[in-house]
Amino acid sequence: MKLPMPSNPIHALCLKLGAWAVGMFVFALWIMPPMYDVFCEITGLNGKTGGRYEASEIQQIDTSRTINVQFVAINNDKMPWQFVPQTRSVRVHPGEQVQIDYRVHNPTGKDMIAQAIPSLVPYNAVNYFHKTECFCFEQQPLKAGESANMPLLFIVDQDIPQGVHTITLSYTIFDVTDRYAADQLLGAR
Amino acid sequence: MAHGPAKGISRWLFTTNHKDIGSMYLWFSFAMFLVGGLFALVVRAELFEPGMQIVDPNFFNQMTTMHGLIMVFGAIMPAFVGLANWMLPMMIGAPDMALPRMNNWSFWILPFAFFMLLSTLFMEGGGPNFGWTFYAPLSTTFAPPSVTFFIFSVHIMGISSIMGAINIIATILNMRAPGMTLMKMPLFVWTWLITAYLLIAVMPVLAGVVTMMLMDIHFGTSFFDAAGGGDPVLFQHIFWFFGHPEVYIMILPAFGIVSAIIPTFARKPLFGYSSMVYATASIAFLSFIVWAHHMFTVGMPIAGELFFMYATMLIAVPTGVKVFNWVATMFKGAMTFETPMLFAIGFVVLFTIGGLSGLMLAIAPADFQYHDTYFVVAHFHYVLVPGALFSIIAAVYYWLPKWSGRMYSEILGKTHFWVAFVGLNLTFFPMHFAGLAGMPRRIPDYHMMFANWNMISSVGAFLFAGAQLLFLYIIVTTIIKGRKATDRVWENSEGLEWTVPSPAPYHTFSTPPEVK
Repeated sequence: MKLPMPSNPIHALCLKLGAWAVGMFVFALWIMPPMYDVFCEITGLNGKTGGRYEASEIQQIDTSRTINVQFVAINNDKMPWQFVPQTRSVRVHPGEQVQIDYRVHNPTGKDMIAQAIPSLVPYNAVNYFHKTECFCFEQQPLKAGESANMPLLFIVDQDIPQGVHTITLSYTIFDVTDRYAADQLLGAR
Repeated sequence: MAHGPAKGISRWLFTTNHKDIGSMYLWFSFAMFLVGGLFALVVRAELFEPGMQIVDPNFFNQMTTMHGLIMVFGAIMPAFVGLANWMLPMMIGAPDMALPRMNNWSFWILPFAFFMLLSTLFMEGGGPNFGWTFYAPLSTTFAPPSVTFFIFSVHIMGISSIMGAINIIATILNMRAPGMTLMKMPLFVWTWLITAYLLIAVMPVLAGVVTMMLMDIHFGTSFFDAAGGGDPVLFQHIFWFFGHPEVYIMILPAFGIVSAIIPTFARKPLFGYSSMVYATASIAFLSFIVWAHHMFTVGMPIAGELFFMYATMLIAVPTGVKVFNWVATMFKGAMTFETPMLFAIGFVVLFTIGGLSGLMLAIAPADFQYHDTYFVVAHFHYVLVPGALFSIIAAVYYWLPKWSGRMYSEILGKTHFWVAFVGLNLTFFPMHFAGLAGMPRRIPDYHMMFANWNMISSVGAFLFAGAQLLFLYIIVTTIIKGRKATDRVWENSEGLEWTVPSPAPYHTFSTPPEVK
């Protein structure tokens, strides 16, 4: 189909150039961010780990290799919660399911909601670190003064590249009380 | 049908004349240049000695940020658009720009954008203080409330630039005099044609990134907020995808100006015209695939570091072709050293220094040490001040006799050059050493060990500022009482713009000239 173009060549050219400018705006706003996400998902570059892992096939435990998995906890900005891994590091065999806990405590006088965001290095291990259960999949509400244990179940894939001996998993905890409707999450319990 | 300019203020408000609009662009950018320079002087005054003396750190950050924003978007870019407005129609034998009304609009929205940007300094919480690169989350989560005004002013500047670029492309492609083939166009026209394409490609990306900031701040999206699943590094990728072509937007027209001036005063035709055109096009293409060299330290895999390192170094090839051609043009020429030529030669020498420090920064492993130090500041000021700015000043001296019909004082012009030359080298050369020794950018206070270099830089900055006041004096006195200029102005000037009388009449080339 041929679009009707103005007969004046200057106007026709300007229309094309204007359309190109609009196209670049759309590209920047709606195409670049998803493209970046897909790129990072494939390469693991920004350390974002995947969602809940469904163990489709039973993984063989590879006892010939041992991977050291370290856990780090970071409070974003002025997040007042106490947030610590109960286990600082654990040695696991690829294919074996392991559970560790993070402990959170809300020392403030108000009810709050937190969201933990994982980040993992090295980047070439990102796609081989599977979480079957993780507190980072949902928000964690805590009433004033409350504490909780937050579990993490994970499997290190057998196909993890040979060069990887240590994986560091870092969680940053964000205060998202304002972002989520507090009454929904706190009241439902 | 009225042929002369309208009387009074309405001439300037409603004008569709490319010469009027060009003059307004140039005066506006000169005003912004003085404002941005004032902000730089606040920065240099604070850095004169270690310790906190004059301003508080938050205001210092506002000054560095505003200096960058005003100089890039308010001084350099509008000055080039102003030169394009004045010269392009006269160089290609067109009666005016292709879209005169849009031309008026793209100028007149600019003062509002910058009024809005500058007014943030007086708002609660102050103006933008996150650096001219406005990295998220500094510019989103931790930004002062005035950031929304900053975002809208960037939108307006972007619209203005895009309209200007569309106008320039339409003029060049549709309005050339008969016989003016593409490969006969002066290089200033060529470089602006390519620059205009770059503008249309990347200004919308800038508009996109500030729109994402706007949505993150006010509408609860999480493009750059890790808490909601976003990624701050995404900001840097998008920003530099705009930002790297942007630095060529600020230098390609300068290449065109220098390629016009050097042949005139060397009394030889430009060496390697077509290689200049191809080199400009190659630089423009390469500018789209090197952006991540600004972010070597974000944690890229080695393959990424290597790709962006080699792609960046590749830019030195077409740039080297250009420098070679300028030198070859001067080689065995009958050179004289009038003020425009002094600025053009200053451009070639000092821009090359800036290019070489750019090559040093391109080396990914070494960049980890240089990153965010004063070495980077020295580098980009060497390509922007004696690069973009010197070419604009050279263009003003070169074409002012044609615009105003009067000659400037050669003695004052040469004084301006030498004071500016000494001032800028005093200001920016020591920054290389401070940076290599480890002084970080964007800090109001610093270790004692950097004290000497900073003191020299500050003295140089005030000297350079004095030179620019002299520039203003020269322009004003030339326009008022300079001696009459001839039509040809320079002994060996080539091009259609020198075939019209001086000062250039309000309407030129109403009937297209013959181009051989």
